[in-house]
Amino acid sequence: MSNDPHGHHHDHDHDHDHDGHHGHDHHAPPQPDDKVHSYYQILGIALKELLIEKGVVTADEVRAAMEARDSITPANGAKVVARAWADPGFHERLIADANTAIRELGFQTATTQLVALQNTPDVHNVVVCTLCSCYPRDLLGLPPSWYKSRAYRARIVREPRAVLEEFGLEVPASQEVRVHDSTADLRYLVVPQRPPGTEAMDEEALAALVTRDAMIGVAVARPPNP
Amino acid sequence: MRGPHDVGGLEDGPIDNSTHELAFWEKQIDAVRGVVGAKGIASGHENRRNIEQLGHDVYEKLNYYERWTAALQRQLIDKGVLTQDEIDAKVAQVRQRLAETGELELRAEEETKCL
Repeated sequence: MSNDPHGHHHDHDHDHDHDGHHGHDHHAPPQPDDKVHSYYQILGIALKELLIEKGVVTADEVRAAMEARDSITPANGAKVVARAWADPGFHERLIADANTAIRELGFQTATTQLVALQNTPDVHNVVVCTLCSCYPRDLLGLPPSWYKSRAYRARIVREPRAVLEEFGLEVPASQEVRVHDSTADLRYLVVPQRPPGTEAMDEEALAALVTRDAMIGVAVARPPNP
Repeated sequence: MRGPHDVGGLEDGPIDNSTHELAFWEKQIDAVRGVVGAKGIASGHENRRNIEQLGHDVYEKLNYYERWTAALQRQLIDKGVLTQDEIDAKVAQVRQRLAETGELELRAEEETKCL
């Protein structure tokens, strides 16, 4: 990595999504265009077309898979957390066996095990995939760019409190920070603590307090509007 | 020796946590891999292994979904689904077609990323 032409140690994932450009210092504004900018984009198109021509996949299957990805958002996870806050029985089932519990809300995980981690006044949980990008994508959708970045993967296990502070979260010294490293087979969902002042709120209102970042553990749930 | 992917616990700089939308081609390669994965041609484990075996130089040079694309190519060749010759011919054909339709705008630094 020392021969990085940009002279630093950043992963190049974080800026991949607006233009595929890999340089850290060249953030172009997001341009959702249909132009092809990189060799690997050409390769991707070539692979897809060959697979379709050979009958290995169909164009409809690829389209359906893209739509399925668009349809899964962190709102799904937020519904799970809100149910867990509102229903102690569901909470117990979620902690015991998250794969089975989320089916009660109509959600499914494919082949991976899902483990729900409850934050408490004593323990704050945060999730990473140090080796790549494993993430509960069946429940939360595709991971944010920073989750896949070298900087997050490297540092969250080395100096979690400092990293959480960069996300704006100061964890009190009295609260233990547990960092969970995901694998291809095992994904985590953080269940943040229910904010005070939410006793009268229904599940829909509660779900609006649950952000993607809170379910990764780099944030806490939003406080209710006064 | 650490593989290029094995970065947990290393030092690094600030985290860019700005939000980006995925580009169409990135969602598409994710979807294609998912579809061939569901058919038993490329498991998540095989995708991971192929990415880890890209080597330090390629791994560092490519962005996230470029690695996935490179890994998928290797997987499809290893499984005998496609040949390198077929892929090379198709890449040339797609490239020419995109150039003719005006959709090809390769960035200058792509010269260092030749397939």
